[in-house]
Amino acid sequence: MQPLLEVKNLKVQFNTLEGVVHAVNGVSFTVEEGKTLGIVGESGCGKSVTVLSLMRLIPEPPGRIVDGEVIFKGINLFHINKPSMQSIRGAEIAMVFQDPMTSLNPVLTIGHQIRETLMVHREFSKQEAVERTYKLLEMVGIPLVKERYGDYPHQFSGGMRQRVMIAMALSCSPSILIADEPTTALDVTIQAQIVELTKKIQNQMGMAVIWITHDLGVVAEIADRVMVMYAGYIVEEADVYNIYANPHHPYTLSLLKSLPRVDSKRYERLAIIHGSPPDCIHMPPGCPFQPRCEFAVERCNIENPMLRSIEENHRIACWVDVETRRTR
Amino acid sequence: MSAQQVLISIQSLKKYFPITRGILIRREVGAVKAVDDVSFDIYRGETLGLVGESGCGKTTTGRTILQLYRPTAGNVVYGNVNLVKMKGQPLRQMRRKMQMIFQDPYASLNPRWTIARIIAEPLHVHKVVKGTKAQKERVSELLELVKLDPYHLNRYPHEFSGGQRQRIGVARALASNPEFIVCDEPISALDVSIQAQVVNLLEDLQEQFNLTYLFIAHDLSMVRHICKRVAVMYLGVIVELSSRDEVYDHPLHPYTIALLSAVPIPDPRKTRARQRIILEGDVPSPANPPLGCRFHPRCSLAMEICKVEKPTWREAVPSHWVACHAVK
Repeated sequence: MQPLLEVKNLKVQFNTLEGVVHAVNGVSFTVEEGKTLGIVGESGCGKSVTVLSLMRLIPEPPGRIVDGEVIFKGINLFHINKPSMQSIRGAEIAMVFQDPMTSLNPVLTIGHQIRETLMVHREFSKQEAVERTYKLLEMVGIPLVKERYGDYPHQFSGGMRQRVMIAMALSCSPSILIADEPTTALDVTIQAQIVELTKKIQNQMGMAVIWITHDLGVVAEIADRVMVMYAGYIVEEADVYNIYANPHHPYTLSLLKSLPRVDSKRYERLAIIHGSPPDCIHMPPGCPFQPRCEFAVERCNIENPMLRSIEENHRIACWVDVETRRTR
Repeated sequence: MSAQQVLISIQSLKKYFPITRGILIRREVGAVKAVDDVSFDIYRGETLGLVGESGCGKTTTGRTILQLYRPTAGNVVYGNVNLVKMKGQPLRQMRRKMQMIFQDPYASLNPRWTIARIIAEPLHVHKVVKGTKAQKERVSELLELVKLDPYHLNRYPHEFSGGQRQRIGVARALASNPEFIVCDEPISALDVSIQAQVVNLLEDLQEQFNLTYLFIAHDLSMVRHICKRVAVMYLGVIVELSSRDEVYDHPLHPYTIALLSAVPIPDPRKTRARQRIILEGDVPSPANPPLGCRFHPRCSLAMEICKVEKPTWREAVPSHWVACHAVK
């Protein structure tokens, strides 16, 4: 079966005064209908740029999509014109951003902002759009929707604003919801509310979700598949149960080892990853993780490993087998 | 560990911030009760964790202990002196023993000062070393303590990564040989792979200099790892305080139970199997907190008494303090 969304060999660069930033370096993945893909990585690893470029939201210049294809429902999104892209963006693929305060317009009421989407994409009359907006706000758990309809974003708390963002994203029943660190700015209790809400709505509407985060805990909760990114590359991709039980890339492995656990009494010193991620202008030769990797062998300095399957549904980009410490 | 010696005793501490109206004639129309009657002891050489959601008064508590905010009421007894009653030169003498590490490593370093000048400032203020040569030596020594190369001395903060900046903040806090450091969310702005580095550094320094930490954080997993005892705050009051294993494995207060259940565990099987308590709604405003127990509007165990009477702060189990009517 054809996947809902297929990204092939995506490469994105940014021209800056200091040089060319290699933000995304040949990323390929698929998103299945109704499933959740978790993209995990630290800041600057290219996770946001990946999804922004598949929405064609990268500012050009300075950004440049150098190579790649994005196939959504059989259409190559890089080959269609701007108006067609506009009709897909928001209606078919919707997005929720990290900071709900800066992504809502502060001088328009919440109701106005949601209504607008419906009137543009679905060509609803004002009356229909208002009715549907009430329904959406109810669905995301905003109390007293008729009173809150005319409120401005500053009158909502952070969690409530993120609910409004989700309502807006859901307004046209998209096939894919992209959530870019939607809970990073929120407290854990509110994060739990948003995660539960997303799962519930996904069950109701059957949409696919791409959930971007740096938090390995949240991904364990929500994702079906997990993709770990480092310095613009996918370094490991697998089913969520598999990747946590058998991480094969040294980066994933070290990251999981460096996390303290709320449910564990083992208080030994945290395992650390030395150094910091490369800046994507001056990439190290060979594998980008090699300078920080405890498993690195000579080959890692010379040649960058390609992402390949090591078992069914489990891909990694590494020369070394972390169990035997031998080259694969 | 020898018999626990109290370093700082916080007694009925309150900090209210006035809410004013009017431009020419300012009137006080209310108060934000950021910290409302908080009492606890900090033992010498321990790490006491202070956790809670944003806006619950954790940072204000830390700052009020250090007398960066003067309290509205209550006492902070450090050794055998009451800091609240002190001012001027004697207080300044005491400040040398108490330092702070801030949350945002980007905002807490002066961008126009070199690293050398930033770290030397407390040396000047407290006249810790005499002469430029001794000062230079001390600054290099401090940089080495936080594992930064002294050749960075004449650089500016923007040339460093987040993790390195936080190390500079730590070096500055250590400059005056303090006994007590308030760590205000020192790792929440850092990437996952850098957090463990800074946490291990803080632990090493504590051992080396017998430091006492008040560790303010919202990452409950990291708090369990680093703190010996943990206090849970909600809306300006401490609701539970005990050793980490007691708080995490046998929480008594319904808020602690809900908070812990909201923390995601980086293990998909475990995190999906456990029962979560999703707290409804948001934290109420501290300007107008609920009567009785402050948690009662969101509490699943709330009874009639919770709406009218403040629960007393008592030792429900030996050395496990809690404020809740429902706990036997």
